Amino acid sequence: MSEACRDGIQVINEKAYGEIAAPRLAVRGVSIGYGGPPVVRGLDLEVPDGALTAIVGPNGCGKSTLLKAMARVLPVTRGEVLLEGRPVHRRPTREVATRMALLPQGPVAPEGLRVRELVAQGRFPHQTLLRQWSREDASAVAAAMKAADVAVFADRPVASLSGGQRQRCWIAMVLAQNTPILLLDEPTTFLDLRIQVEIMGLLTRISREEGRTLVVVLHELNVAAAFADRMVMMKDGAIHAEGPPSEVFTERNLAEVFSLAARVLTDPESGRPVCVPLLPGVPSLRAAAE
Amino acid sequence: MIALVRHGRVPAYALALALLALVFGWHISVGAKAIPLGTVAEALLTYDNTTFDHVVIRDLRLPRAAIAVMVGAALAVAGALMQGVTRNPLADPGLLGLLAGASFAVVILHGFLGIGGPGVIPLFAALGALAGAVIVWGIAISAPGGATPLTLVLAGAAVTAFLGALISMAHLIDEDSFENLRVWLTGTLAGRRTETALWALPWTLAGLAVAFGAARQVTVLAMGEEAATGLGVDVHKLQAAILFAVVALTASAVAVAGPLAFVGLVIPHVVRFFVGHDYRAVVPWSALAGAIYMLVADIAARLVLAPVEISTGLVTAILGAPVFVWLVRARL
Ligand SMILES: Nc1ncnc2c1ncn2[C@@H]1O[C@H](COP(=O)(O)OP(=O)(O)OP(=O)(O)O)[C@@H](O)[C@H]1O
Ligand SMILES: [Mg+2]
Repeated sequence: MSEACRDGIQVINEKAYGEIAAPRLAVRGVSIGYGGPPVVRGLDLEVPDGALTAIVGPNGCGKSTLLKAMARVLPVTRGEVLLEGRPVHRRPTREVATRMALLPQGPVAPEGLRVRELVAQGRFPHQTLLRQWSREDASAVAAAMKAADVAVFADRPVASLSGGQRQRCWIAMVLAQNTPILLLDEPTTFLDLRIQVEIMGLLTRISREEGRTLVVVLHELNVAAAFADRMVMMKDGAIHAEGPPSEVFTERNLAEVFSLAARVLTDPESGRPVCVPLLPGVPSLRAAAE
Repeated sequence: MIALVRHGRVPAYALALALLALVFGWHISVGAKAIPLGTVAEALLTYDNTTFDHVVIRDLRLPRAAIAVMVGAALAVAGALMQGVTRNPLADPGLLGLLAGASFAVVILHGFLGIGGPGVIPLFAALGALAGAVIVWGIAISAPGGATPLTLVLAGAAVTAFLGALISMAHLIDEDSFENLRVWLTGTLAGRRTETALWALPWTLAGLAVAFGAARQVTVLAMGEEAATGLGVDVHKLQAAILFAVVALTASAVAVAGPLAFVGLVIPHVVRFFVGHDYRAVVPWSALAGAIYMLVADIAARLVLAPVEISTGLVTAILGAPVFVWLVRARL
């Protein structure tokens, strides 16, 4: 498609979105690569507003790559990422940072940085040379530290905390950015199950109560199925299945995407799907009964 | 300024400035003939060109003290920026080959080939510093494991030794034109350098202006490139601006005083120990502390073996090397 033609379509789209209320975040025919063959190929995704979207998929399938392109950290080789109907890669980066926050996979804080200082960095996009630190910044930082439950170690160096505590500090930083959209890459990896559940509870709460849009890359399938409003299952740089967890989280999809032989049950308490891997070598009680 | 008052930092800055003024006066009073601090103050405030001491102070000692301030601030801020942007505690204009590149370019282009007057020395130094940085980076990044603090420092050491050997060879070929440069190559504030300093001053000021303007973003960049982009920092633009500032600051310092080792390494670490990791504080405090440190080092250079004067570069190397060793032990 020619450049002019594509721009024409884009203008029409923007108009239409102005009237129909654009989804805050959408991915249109995006390909992404690192110089070699594309890692993500022609991917489309409409991120639902005010909901928690979980991206799952095997290691190396391109989840982080997709999230980074959505957050304009990586350029796209084709297609575009639309934020409020406009291509995110061509908008001023500071302006984007007031609309969308990113928690990268495995972030490292500079040595000696204190928790309060880390969380305060989240206010960067809201500050200018003239307006440096306001009451609003202070209250956003305090609220974020409270929400992520890190206020008790506000004055300790981030490096001196446990993995889970540290991860909560980074989440507090992203919360302090106070954006309608949050992109989080594996916010719960390396954390024990209770902390995982706590963090996912926190994320669900801010999407439900504050109407924020969350896109979260997750490895723990059951945690994803339990908390996500929408699930995106990726395989080899493309979306294999997408929809509510009850539709996507099926034995067939797990077998096709993860090559995982598993039984999917329904949690009677929440109605959410739960997967139980079949255990090779462990005798099946059911088979014995039959 | 208002923000500074609100954070209660103004008294500390005022104290540091007072200390700087005091050391500045002390620096001027030290020399072949000790001049009392009172006379120094008189000469600076109510200059009398019929008084011999006043003329000495105005024409010889004041420029030297001013140059110490300029060079110390430039090197310390350059080191602070390098450490912040590369997240490498061992980043320093000397360790990463910028000082060697800058001195090499000045020696060969100006000293050996005799190109240009004092006005182009900072430009040669800047080109050399940039080339040194690029070569060291290139070597480190092609090493297994990439550009880690260790590979960068090793590549810096190799490039520095190599360029040093080339300079020695040039020296053997042409001893005469090198006599002046020999002392300069050890790092010194002695001699009449006012003209070079005036040519280098715009480079220092430009570098400092960028450093002060970008300080806030450097703090954010220290969280990693991806997180910084997420927070709205244009990472590549910032890195280019910081590279310019580091090269300009290093070049101006080398043009005036030759390669002064370890200043850019030591000062930012000491500063961070007191003011934390926010570069809005680290940058100005590094400038202040670097200036004070360089004045003190130059006082020591003239006092320790008086009446003989040693190179200021020897003092900074002797003071800086133990800090380097400590950093390697504690942080690598
Ligand atoms: N910086 C890079 N340079 C080159 N290739 C890369 C780079 N980062 C990732 N890749 C490749 O791109 C592919 C997708 O990587 P990506 O990090 O997106 O996977 P992922 O789905 O996030 O995996 P994980 O679950 O392990 O985090 C992988 O094959 C990986 O090798
Ligand atoms: Mg990943």
